[in-house]
Amino acid sequence: MRIGLFVPCYIDAFHPEVGVATLELLERFGLDVAYPRDQTCCGQPMTNTGCHAESAATEELFVRNFTGYDYIVAPSGSCVHHVRCDMDAVEQTDDVRQVRARTYELVEFLHDILKVDAFPWAEFPHRVSLHNNCNALRGLNHASMSELREPAFSKPADLLSKVRGLEFVHISRPDECCGFGGTFSVFEKGVSEKMGYDKVRDHSSAGAEYVVSADSSCMMHQQGCAQRLEMPLKFIHIAQILNGARA
Amino acid sequence: MSGAQGGDLNRNPPRPDRLDHAEGASVPLRSHVREAQPRGAVINGNHPIDQAEAAERFIAAPEHERMHDARLWDLRQKRDRQMHGIAEWEDLRRLASEIKEHALTHLDHYLEQFEANARANGIHVHWAQDADEHNAIILSLLRDHSVKRLIKSKSMLTEECGFRDFMAESGIEVVETDLGERIQQLDDEAPSHVVVPAVHKLRSDVAAVFARTLGTDPDDDDVHYLTEQQREKTRPLILDAQAGLTGANFVVAETGTFVVCTNEGNADLSANTPSLQIASIGIEKVIPRLEDLPVFVRLLSRSALGSPITQYTSHFRGPRRGGELHVVLVDNGRSERLGMEQFWTSLKCIRCGACMNTCPVFRRSGGLSYGATYAGPIGLIIDPTFNRHRYSSLPFSSTLNGSCTNVCPVRINIHEQIAGWRKVLAETHELPLMKKVMMREAGHLLSHPALYRAAIATADSALKHLPRFMVYNRLNTWGHGREVPAPPRQTFHEWYAKNRPTGQGEPT
Repeated sequence: MRIGLFVPCYIDAFHPEVGVATLELLERFGLDVAYPRDQTCCGQPMTNTGCHAESAATEELFVRNFTGYDYIVAPSGSCVHHVRCDMDAVEQTDDVRQVRARTYELVEFLHDILKVDAFPWAEFPHRVSLHNNCNALRGLNHASMSELREPAFSKPADLLSKVRGLEFVHISRPDECCGFGGTFSVFEKGVSEKMGYDKVRDHSSAGAEYVVSADSSCMMHQQGCAQRLEMPLKFIHIAQILNGARA
Repeated sequence: MSGAQGGDLNRNPPRPDRLDHAEGASVPLRSHVREAQPRGAVINGNHPIDQAEAAERFIAAPEHERMHDARLWDLRQKRDRQMHGIAEWEDLRRLASEIKEHALTHLDHYLEQFEANARANGIHVHWAQDADEHNAIILSLLRDHSVKRLIKSKSMLTEECGFRDFMAESGIEVVETDLGERIQQLDDEAPSHVVVPAVHKLRSDVAAVFARTLGTDPDDDDVHYLTEQQREKTRPLILDAQAGLTGANFVVAETGTFVVCTNEGNADLSANTPSLQIASIGIEKVIPRLEDLPVFVRLLSRSALGSPITQYTSHFRGPRRGGELHVVLVDNGRSERLGMEQFWTSLKCIRCGACMNTCPVFRRSGGLSYGATYAGPIGLIIDPTFNRHRYSSLPFSSTLNGSCTNVCPVRINIHEQIAGWRKVLAETHELPLMKKVMMREAGHLLSHPALYRAAIATADSALKHLPRFMVYNRLNTWGHGREVPAPPRQTFHEWYAKNRPTGQGEPT
């Protein structure tokens, strides 16, 4: 099984440790993982702003980089959601369709494809609050949604429940968007910040030491908000915990 | 509860001593802090509405923002509890959506069927192409009957038509019978929400409005006092009005009847007090059969307010004895919307407001920040059909989180249509030039790996470029209320080159 590792630009530049954890974690399962050197981005920032035409060349590059892999895996629900559900600026050739269908977010890859039942190396003796990115939650079905009448499930919580010592805390508005929203975080900075403050206060009053998420972009926003409010809240990507990070 | 945060609300189960239905909050909500009411969006001719600016002013009034968020989140939670009480909830939503899609794709047929059956019931049926025709038809009816005062219940369609202003200019007094709408009328403000029109106001704001317009005690903001004062002042106006106007929630083609749902019974007051009754109805309200109606009645109030049903569900079948009943069927852009492949299903909307209650942006912005008849998620996809330029920025007032789509009782894919509008606006040159230019630059950089690598080669330049091209604006916009991320020691790309030197990076 040949895996193409997609490391979104945020993670590449600001949270390289998340890319490293993802790579090492996949390697622990004996997978053949390659990182195509010419990758940049999936095109979401432009499409998110309505500029599909401006996104086409970036999407084309993405497909060129990842054609031929059995699976493409990325530690970002938001970017994977773009590739799978919204990557429509590029002409839909067979390669494009195949790359889109084979692109998985790390949690769903571990949960649905590898069906991992243990992370013997993982131990995280902390109280954590799980943040689901909205695209991962409502676009990729990471978990059941509070708005719908459906049986409760959570793929990220399933995986984290296999980590020794980890204790979940539950916030009052688990499915509420944190206010990042890509370009929204700047176009509507007032609302975005207020949503972020409310979110980190919710984590904090639930007693969380760590916020864990499958998306670095939401956490970058929330971390910025928590630091501004001088809260001792810490943030960690799910890939790092599953790869054995202790703190 | 004065110090309570909205978050506390969620951990408290509904109190058994509270009226947990209709429009009531399931927990006591009260602000004891006096704070000036933030006003809505600045309207500047046909310039694009700046929702973000109005939202910032709303957030700068923390008591208003906190109460608004808590009140609407409570409605969302009440809705969730109702949903869990109905095993077939998702089937109901699917059925409601299918009925609406069927009706909308056979609209001409069902409207004509309604017209014929309504006429047979003794109802006068009028057709209005747009707001002007709607207003002119009603004015002519009122003049024919020498009406000086019209009482009306809440109707978003009349808001679309600028009806109150038109009537004022025509010398006809209009009195709103819905309490929230009356508050808004007295304050000369539009409704901020399709179901709870004054939800953005604190009781102290209402006390100030009533003191100014009804002569009440400005320092007494007791709800019983305020409600009773309003009732005492308004009832006489209602009792000797010469005409009453309502909207309609549903129009039944096979019976030629229409249905109005309220909690205050005020539509019945509007309809039954004077002998001339008029109903303004958007053409998308028609459903085929009476047996379709319960599907919507079960969904409407549960979605809107988290109550099983509205207090009043009134069926109007014909004129009262000795009276007249007129129905004005209004298009006002609906036919054009029906022809928009990406957006026509927005016509399924039954105006429950659930998308507003769940929208994290709406709850923190207030409905008046949108500067349009329809606020919140549904507004973002309807308003640009009325005026693409003026409402060109509204589809960007969303994080595209998708909660609106999930709560919608008729399964409108609201957040996908919001994204769809962004694309249409970009293609029709309705994006600010700066935004467009930055996206073009970002698209160029991100499609050229060497340029991209150079741009983020060092921590400093990554900080300069990344937020800049990712989020278009300067770093200081990000840093206004958030700390910027700490510069990394090396990018993942660099780490990989050092630690996996043999990595091919190509599939074999």
